[in-house]
Amino acid sequence: MKEIKEKETATPVMSIDDISISYGDDKYAVKDVSAKILSNSITAIMGPSGCGKTTLLRAINRMHELYPNIHTDGKILLNGDNIYEMSTINLRRKIGMVFQRPNPFPTLSIFDNVIAGYKLNGIRLKKSEREEIVETSLKDVALWDEVKDNLHSKGNFLSGGQQQRLCIARTIAFKPKVILLDEPTSALDPISTSKIEDLLVKLKKDYTIIMVTHNMSQAARISDKSMFMYLGELVEYDNTQKMFTTPSDPRTEAYLTGKFG
Amino acid sequence: MNRTIDIEKEDSSLSHIKYQKAKDGLFKIAVILFSFITISMVFLIIGTLLVKGYRQINWAFFTQVAPDTFTAMMAKVSGQVIPGGIANGILGSLYLVGIASVLSIPIGILIGVYLSENSQKKYASLIRDIADILQGVPSIVIGLIAYIWIVVPITKSYSVLAGGVALAIMMLPLIVRSTEESLKMVPDTLKEAAIALGTPYYKVIWRVLIPSAFSGLVSGILLSVSRVLGETAPLMLATLGNPNINWNITKPGSAVPLLIWQFYNDPNMVDLIWSSTIFLMGFVLLLNLISKWIEAKRKK
Repeated sequence: MKEIKEKETATPVMSIDDISISYGDDKYAVKDVSAKILSNSITAIMGPSGCGKTTLLRAINRMHELYPNIHTDGKILLNGDNIYEMSTINLRRKIGMVFQRPNPFPTLSIFDNVIAGYKLNGIRLKKSEREEIVETSLKDVALWDEVKDNLHSKGNFLSGGQQQRLCIARTIAFKPKVILLDEPTSALDPISTSKIEDLLVKLKKDYTIIMVTHNMSQAARISDKSMFMYLGELVEYDNTQKMFTTPSDPRTEAYLTGKFG
Repeated sequence: MNRTIDIEKEDSSLSHIKYQKAKDGLFKIAVILFSFITISMVFLIIGTLLVKGYRQINWAFFTQVAPDTFTAMMAKVSGQVIPGGIANGILGSLYLVGIASVLSIPIGILIGVYLSENSQKKYASLIRDIADILQGVPSIVIGLIAYIWIVVPITKSYSVLAGGVALAIMMLPLIVRSTEESLKMVPDTLKEAAIALGTPYYKVIWRVLIPSAFSGLVSGILLSVSRVLGETAPLMLATLGNPNINWNITKPGSAVPLLIWQFYNDPNMVDLIWSSTIFLMGFVLLLNLISKWIEAKRKK
């Protein structure tokens, strides 16, 4: 926590400015959300189902544009550049994403899954570069020892937790600046969940992490900052410790004490 | 309601239970009997073909062209096996199916991709309905169309091309629908994974969706090939038949079902029907089994 306080004085890596996202006719999923995301921290987005937290997360790498009839106002700056003026291809290389359910490519080997980002984008690498990226990425997610003898077989024998770590390896292989995670442990057992949580805490040394979570205790355990969203609005955004001990908004308190959600 | 009445009855009389059990037994026997009849049909057909046709199956049967009626008659009179084979038919059928595949597979897969990617759009459901209608068009009508479109204006003679186009029209809706179905079975999460890596849309389709659905695509193509392999009517109107092996796309060609029809109409060559049919059935059966095997492997 101390470390984070020091970093607050530094310029934030990302700034979300008045983002509003509507579906069809004035049905707002996200309303006027502004927040500054600090680098090398874990930011948790919490809130009850349908509060817009996943839409907000997806707006950060523009994955929400895949939904039909979407309209976005406001801007998100990544190191000062508006992401809505970048090409989605470049943007998504800078901001990686991990999904709710592990989704490694079933047709590719474990090795190829890690460098899938390079392969799918037609970026050619030397054999030695490929091997290095695969090894460091898998070591970063603590999967190397478990799969190093089966790198060239398909990953379908892996457990759910291992598959999710493979997906994280695939994301960090591209050296993004920011990693978005959408309830990354909701489909996993408690042991795999704690492994992923440990991993995220380690990864924040090199990356800025933003995660949506349904699990309040998870947010309390690993995040530095927390957002609480309700009905599309950002109700409260503060240091996690402060929010969990002395929330300033009565709605946050009601949610955290289990009165709804 | 019914259940309570049944329980009451069972309680009231033992003989009633016995009667129910007898009915159960009878029903079971009937089910086994009828399924046996259905299965035995298949074996009877294959058995009949084998018994009638095995004498004609030899090396020459696969390597030589069909004999003329006089040679066949001489062999028949002297009690020998009819010389010659159906090489012109086998190669002709493969040639026709090859042309049909080249024409229909790329178009069919592209349309299938379009339908699965835009399944909600009005235009997509229109295409889907048209594909279903096309699948229901009688094959002889398609033969006529090939005659009018290809034989008369383009090749100016019955031709392999016209037959290939006719078969392609028949394969197209089958491939479109099977492609769409197999692509729909690819989970959306894979597509999202690829998009989140910054992959351009065409590469998402080409490198992720199609490889993930590949076995489904292949089994769909094999099934559609096996469906058109036995088609006779459109080929009669478009390709006519040819006693020799022909590789000229603008000239009449042969095909196994065309030969069977020709043998059927010639009393001297009628014995060749059975062996030709064994070949055709065996080939279609093989394609079906391969496609079933691929499908089973994919589901695992």
